[in-house]
Amino acid sequence: MTAVAVSRGWTPWLLAGPALLLFVGIVLVPLAMTVLLSFHDWGQYKGIEPVLILKNWREIIDDSYFHEMFARTLRISVLVTLIAALLGAPEAYILNRMKNPWKGIFLLVILGPLLISVVARTLGWALLFGGETGVVNKALLELGVIEAPLPFMFTETGIVVALSHVLMPFMVLSVWAALQRLDPQVENAATALGASHFTVLRRIVLPQVMPGVLSGGIIVFALAASAFATPAIIGGRRLKVAATLAYDEFLNTLNWPLGAAVAVLLLVALIVIIVGCNRLVERRYAQVFQ
Amino acid sequence: MSRNGPLALAFHTLFVTFILAPILVVCVVAFTPEGYLSVPTDRVSLRWFRAIADYPEFIDAFWNSVWLAAASSAIAVGFSVPAALAIARYDFTGREALTALFLSPLMVPHVVLGIAFLRFFTQIGLGGTFVGLVLSHIVIVFPFALRLVLSSAVGMDRAIEHAAISLGASDFAVFRRVTLPLILPGLASGWALAFIQSFDEVTMTVFIAAPGTVTLPVRMFLYIQDNIDPLVTSVSACVIAITVVFLVVLDRIYGLERLLVGRGSGDGA
Amino acid sequence: MSFLVLEGLTKRFGDQAAVDSLDLVVEQGEFVSLLGPSGCGKTTTLQMIAGFVEPTSGSILLDGRDLLAIKPSQRGLGIVFQSYALFPHMTAAENVAFGLEMQGVPRAERSQRVSETLALVGLAALADRYPRRMSGGQQQRVALARALVIRPRILLLDEPLSNLDAKLREEMQIELRQIQRTVGTTTILVTHDQAEAMALSDRIVVMNKGRVEQIGRPHEAYEKPASAFVAGFLGKTNVLPAAVEQRNGAAVASIGDGSWPLPAEASGRVTVSVRPEKIAFIDQADCSLAGTVRTRIFQGNHWLYQIDTACGLVTVIRQNAGEMMPAEGAAVRLTWRPQDMTVSPAGQDGRI
Repeated sequence: MTAVAVSRGWTPWLLAGPALLLFVGIVLVPLAMTVLLSFHDWGQYKGIEPVLILKNWREIIDDSYFHEMFARTLRISVLVTLIAALLGAPEAYILNRMKNPWKGIFLLVILGPLLISVVARTLGWALLFGGETGVVNKALLELGVIEAPLPFMFTETGIVVALSHVLMPFMVLSVWAALQRLDPQVENAATALGASHFTVLRRIVLPQVMPGVLSGGIIVFALAASAFATPAIIGGRRLKVAATLAYDEFLNTLNWPLGAAVAVLLLVALIVIIVGCNRLVERRYAQVFQ
Repeated sequence: MSRNGPLALAFHTLFVTFILAPILVVCVVAFTPEGYLSVPTDRVSLRWFRAIADYPEFIDAFWNSVWLAAASSAIAVGFSVPAALAIARYDFTGREALTALFLSPLMVPHVVLGIAFLRFFTQIGLGGTFVGLVLSHIVIVFPFALRLVLSSAVGMDRAIEHAAISLGASDFAVFRRVTLPLILPGLASGWALAFIQSFDEVTMTVFIAAPGTVTLPVRMFLYIQDNIDPLVTSVSACVIAITVVFLVVLDRIYGLERLLVGRGSGDGA
Repeated sequence: MSFLVLEGLTKRFGDQAAVDSLDLVVEQGEFVSLLGPSGCGKTTTLQMIAGFVEPTSGSILLDGRDLLAIKPSQRGLGIVFQSYALFPHMTAAENVAFGLEMQGVPRAERSQRVSETLALVGLAALADRYPRRMSGGQQQRVALARALVIRPRILLLDEPLSNLDAKLREEMQIELRQIQRTVGTTTILVTHDQAEAMALSDRIVVMNKGRVEQIGRPHEAYEKPASAFVAGFLGKTNVLPAAVEQRNGAAVASIGDGSWPLPAEASGRVTVSVRPEKIAFIDQADCSLAGTVRTRIFQGNHWLYQIDTACGLVTVIRQNAGEMMPAEGAAVRLTWRPQDMTVSPAGQDGRI
C-alpha cells in the first residue's frame, strides 16, 4: 500500500517531467543568463566582459534618452489600452446581441486577424497612410479635403492606431468571453423591472463585464508595451520604443549588456504592473469572478 | 428580432471597416499592374505574384517557416499531452506553479525571449541553427498546445476511462484505445493553433534567425525596413490567403470561438 | 460460503469518514441496493469495490479471495456508470465488444456474444449506431450490455436510471429486474431513489453519513424501520415528540392529548414516527390526537391532509373510497395502531 501511495505522488511529475525539463533548460536558464548579462561590461573593442557591474543600469537610470523612450512606451501602451477598451468592449456587446449567422461571421472577421501575420497587418496601415502614395491620403488629397498628406508614418499617433488595430481582437475576445458567462435573462429581468436600456447597460451589464474589460486591458497593455514589429515598421529608426531599442542595441550597436538591461527592465516593469493590476482586479471583483 | 439599434449598427460598420481595411488594402494593392504602390483602377495584374518566383529568398523563407512551424508544433503537442494529463488528472503540490510556468511564454515579452535565446544559443553553440529555432518555437507555442489539450482532457468524463479499466484494459490500452482518441480533436486543434503562432512569429525570431534560417515573417519585416514596394504586398497577400484558409478550416473543425476563448481553462491570456 | 463480504470497510478523506466501518454480506445471485441521500457514502463504497477508490481500512472478499489485492482491471466486475460512460468513438457493438477484446476472446466468439447480449437488452437492430445518435434509454441499454457481456462476477450499477425521465425509468426498472433474473448475476445498485431501490432489490442497505442504518428486505425496512431516519427516507413519515412513562407495569407514550401503549422498550422523552397512510380519522377520544384540518388536497386515488395538532403539522393520506371526508377547518381526531409507531431517542428526527 505504501508503494502505491508513493507512485501516485510521483505520477504527475513523471508525466509533466519532460515539459518541465524543457522549460527549465530553455526558458529559465536563458532568462537567468540574460539577467546576468545585463550586469556585464561592454566596450567597442573589448566586447562583452563577464563582470558584475551596475554600469548599464546606471546608464538607463541617468540618461534622459532612456527616460524619454520608456515614457513613450508607457504612453503608447496606455493609449492603445484605452482605445481598445472604448471600442472593443461596445463591439463585443453588439456582437453578442447579433443573430446567427451574422454573429458567427463577424466573430470570425474580428477575431480572425489575430492569426494573421502582424507584419502583413502593419504593412496595411503603411499602405493606407504612408505619405503621398498612401491610399487614404491620396484619396483625401484628390478630393481636396486635405492639402498635405496626414502625418502617420514615423509618428506616435501612427504607432498607436496601428497597434490598436493589431491588439483589438484580444479585447473583443476577453469581453466576449465575459459576456458568455452572463445570463441573458438578467437583462430581461432588469427591463421588466422598468429599467431603460441605458440603465440596464450601466447598472447590469457593465459591472458584470468589467472583469473581462480589465483582463483584456492587461493583455493589451502587456502586448503593446512589448510590441516590436509594428513600432519598428511605423516608427522607423527614429521613433524608438523599449523593444525596438533593445533590438538596436543587440543587432546594430552590438552592446548586448545594455540591450539585455533594457529588456530585463521591460520584463520587470511588466510583471510588476500585471501582477499589481491582477491583484486589484481580483480584489475589486472577487464576487463576480466566483 | 433586430436587437441592435441603428447607432449600434453604424458603430459596428465602422469597427469592421477599421479591422478589415488594412488587411484588404494589402490584398488589393498586391494586384497592381504598376511598378509602384497603387490601387489597381482599370485592370488587375498578377505580375507581382509572378515576381515572387524571382526572389528565392522569399520562397526559401516560406519553406523554412513551414518546416519550423510543423516541427515545433508537433514536438510541443507531444510534450503537452502528458503534461496536460498530469495537470488535469492529479492534485499535487506545485500544480499551480507548474501551470503558470508552462503558460509563462504568453506573458514574457517575445523581445525578451529573443534576447535570452540569442545569448543562450550563442553560448552553447546553437546560434543561428535550425535546431535553435525549433527549440525556441517549441517554447512559445507550447502554451497554445497545452491549453487546447488541457481543455479536452478536463472535459473528458473520467468514468469512460474507469469503464475501460473495469472491462480489463491495461493502462496502455486505456490510453491508446480510449483517452487518445477522445482528446485527438484537442490535439489536432492545438497543433494547428501552435502552427499558426509559430508561422507568424517575428519578434523573437528576428533575434535568432541567421541568413540561412530566416523565416517568412522575418524576411518580410527586414524587407519592409528597407523599402515598401508591391512585391512585399503580394507576399503578404499570399500569407493572408494561407492564414484565411487555415482559419476557415479550423473554424469548421473546432470552432474559432472555442479555439480562442478556450473553454475549460480559466485564464484569458 | 458468502459470495461478497465487506468487513469494517472504511474510507476517510482527511478526518472526514465517507464510509465508516461498513459490514455487508451479499449472497450469490442476490440484488442488493445501497440507498441513501447524496454524501452518505454509497458511491464511495461502490468505488471501493470497483477499485477506483482505495479503502483506508477494512477488507473486501469475493468468493473467499481478497479483492483489494487485485488490480481494478483484473477484478472482472461489470459496471454501469451514472453517465453511462460509453466510448463515444465506438459503435454500440464495438462498445460491447471492448471488454471481450481485452480478455482476448477470439473474434468469432466475440461477435456471437456481442449480438447475444445486444439482443438480451433489446438493441440488436442498433448494433452499428454511435452512442451520440441514441436516446438516453438506448445508451443505458448499451452500457448494461457492455457490463454484462464479460460475464462479470458482480454487476455494479451506479445510479443507472437517474438520467432518464420518470416514465422511461419505470420501464427500465422492470426490464433491469428481468434481465438480472435471467442472467442471475449478483448485483449491487447504488441509488438515492427509495422507490427504485424497493422495486428492484432483494435487500436494501440504507446508509446515512457513512454508516449503515438498516439492512433488510424492502417491505421489512418500510414497515419496520430501524430508525426515524430510515422511516423518513423510505417514504413519507410524521415525526412526533412523545413522553414515555410506566403505567401498571406497561410503557405508555403520551403524544399531545392522546396516549398509546408502547410495544418497545423505552422511557423518558422519545421521538415517534408514523406513516401518513397509517393514520385514520376517528370519533372516540381513546388513543387519538386532536387537531384541525389546515389543508386538504385531492390527488385522484387519495386525499392528502395537513392537520394542525398540539405536536405540530401532521400529514395524513386517506384512500379515496368515495366517502365523505373532513373539510378544511374541521376539528378531527387522529388515530393509529400502536404497532405502526417507530420509536427512537428524542432529538433524532427523521426529516431530510
